[in-house]
Amino acid sequence: MTDNTAGTPLSRAWANAALPALGAIIVIGLWWGLTAALDVDPFYVPSPPDVVQSFLRTPEFLLTETWTTLQRVLIGFGIAVVLGLVIAVVLAASRTVERMTMPMLAALNAVPKVALAPLLLVWMGFGDSPKIVMVVLVSFFPIIVSTMAGLSSTPSDLRELARSLSASWWQTFVKVRLKWALPQVFVGLKVATPLAIIGAVIGEVVNPDHGLGSVIVGSGASSDTPQAFAALVLLAIVGVVLFYLMAAIERIAVPWARAIS
Amino acid sequence: MISIDGVSRSFGPVQALKDIRLEVADGEFLTLIGRSGCGKSTLLRLIGGLDRPTGGRVLVDGEEVRKPRRDVAVNFQKPALLPWRSVLENVMLPVEIFKWDRAKSREHAQYLLETTGLTGFAKRLPHELSGGMQQRVALCRTLIQRPKVMLMDEPFSALDALTREELSLELQRIHMETGTTIVFVTHSIQEAVLLADRVAVLSARPGRVKQVVDIKIPRPRSFGHNAHLEEVAKASAELHQLLLSDHMPDVAA
Ligand SMILES: Nc1ncnc2c1ncn2[C@@H]1O[C@H](COP(=O)(O)OP(=O)(O)OP(=O)(O)O)[C@@H](O)[C@H]1O
Ligand SMILES: [Mg+2]
Repeated sequence: MTDNTAGTPLSRAWANAALPALGAIIVIGLWWGLTAALDVDPFYVPSPPDVVQSFLRTPEFLLTETWTTLQRVLIGFGIAVVLGLVIAVVLAASRTVERMTMPMLAALNAVPKVALAPLLLVWMGFGDSPKIVMVVLVSFFPIIVSTMAGLSSTPSDLRELARSLSASWWQTFVKVRLKWALPQVFVGLKVATPLAIIGAVIGEVVNPDHGLGSVIVGSGASSDTPQAFAALVLLAIVGVVLFYLMAAIERIAVPWARAIS
Repeated sequence: MISIDGVSRSFGPVQALKDIRLEVADGEFLTLIGRSGCGKSTLLRLIGGLDRPTGGRVLVDGEEVRKPRRDVAVNFQKPALLPWRSVLENVMLPVEIFKWDRAKSREHAQYLLETTGLTGFAKRLPHELSGGMQQRVALCRTLIQRPKVMLMDEPFSALDALTREELSLELQRIHMETGTTIVFVTHSIQEAVLLADRVAVLSARPGRVKQVVDIKIPRPRSFGHNAHLEEVAKASAELHQLLLSDHMPDVAA
């Protein structure tokens, strides 16, 4: 690697903030340039100013819908994290339970979640719950898998240490295995974050009421492509913010992980 | 303190140890030396209760060893520090696991860090320390247990020569101060002669005790210039000879 991430504070700030911004500007510039150069009808692909205008026409509406989606994402993700961690811990604690349930979990994960959306509608009707359930379904599996991988990756020297100190199963689990697994858990959480957003949007597209997914469906129906794009951009922003938030939490929770990997 | 009573250990068809008989007296420093694969680590794990013999038995303090004991501490080649814990927290790990009084032990921990030259590093994380310092932390973590027996499996072998000598002298000081019984595995004749009251030379496959050599050099001993160069040279030569004459696995047997 030629990039030096451990440079002076100024060059680090530059690398952390300015470079991503520059990347975004280039992409938006290309988008703008192409739509202008090829003279694309905004009905097919709107240019950046079209999208901004569309947003400025109904900012309150769009932000409210964003908030609705964000709430569903956060609640669903929260449930997925708790569920995923608990299931992973139970599976890691008992080989028997793991062997009994792992194939079923994998099968459940292999089911295309979109196919479940109409069923959720039948079971739960309209409103928040089917969307939140969709978020949970889409995002909990990577959390289970990565947590289990982390829990079973304790190095042999640390396991021997715990054993030679006659640590109980619980002490070993809490003081060694779980801590050691945390960096891996965060890998799963970072994979699951964008999946949670995708889950919410699937729920809203299949079963529209509120939220950005419903806005996209509505814009399609009224041929308002710029509004659909505005909703997509808002989703992308939510995605980026949540991802970096997760990375920041990771840095605070496991500052030692970068140093040893 | 330790009696190894006709101990054998096989791994499937591989007989790692065969009929080992050794007595280690209270406060004695015994060094195990032998070629790679002759079963030194296996023997140490058997004494520590981390593994069970397939024949014979090991007694520590008159009791048969069936599982790890809290008064027997183990040091491995790797320092095995928890990377998220500071130096002090790593040293305190046994105290937490044994549910001892933390406030009292903290003073002891601080004292141990001071005497091993780690003052000022208590709050650092392991990855901020050199390999030698990490091994010192592991040593402090062992000492806070106030063990009756210390089992050490090539604890200094991953370090550079000078750090190694420093730590060996450190260990000699600890042994002289605490009078703990120590079983120490090494490949280094020099280390064995510096540290041991007796050196048990193991032969390979199956691992047996080939000979036990007494080292009767007064302590404290030191590397290089000392008053007992002749004895050191003699003991080293004897060990060298024993190790060399131990041909690789005897196929006929
Ligand atoms: N868990 C195990 N399973 C199978 N074989 C083993 C196991 N542990 C040790 N052995 C075998 O037992 C023999 C002795 O191994 P051991 O690790 O005790 O040797 P050692 O003297 O410590 O070697 P070194 O000096 O290289 O550390 C070797 O032949 C090894 O392959
Ligand atoms: Mg070994």
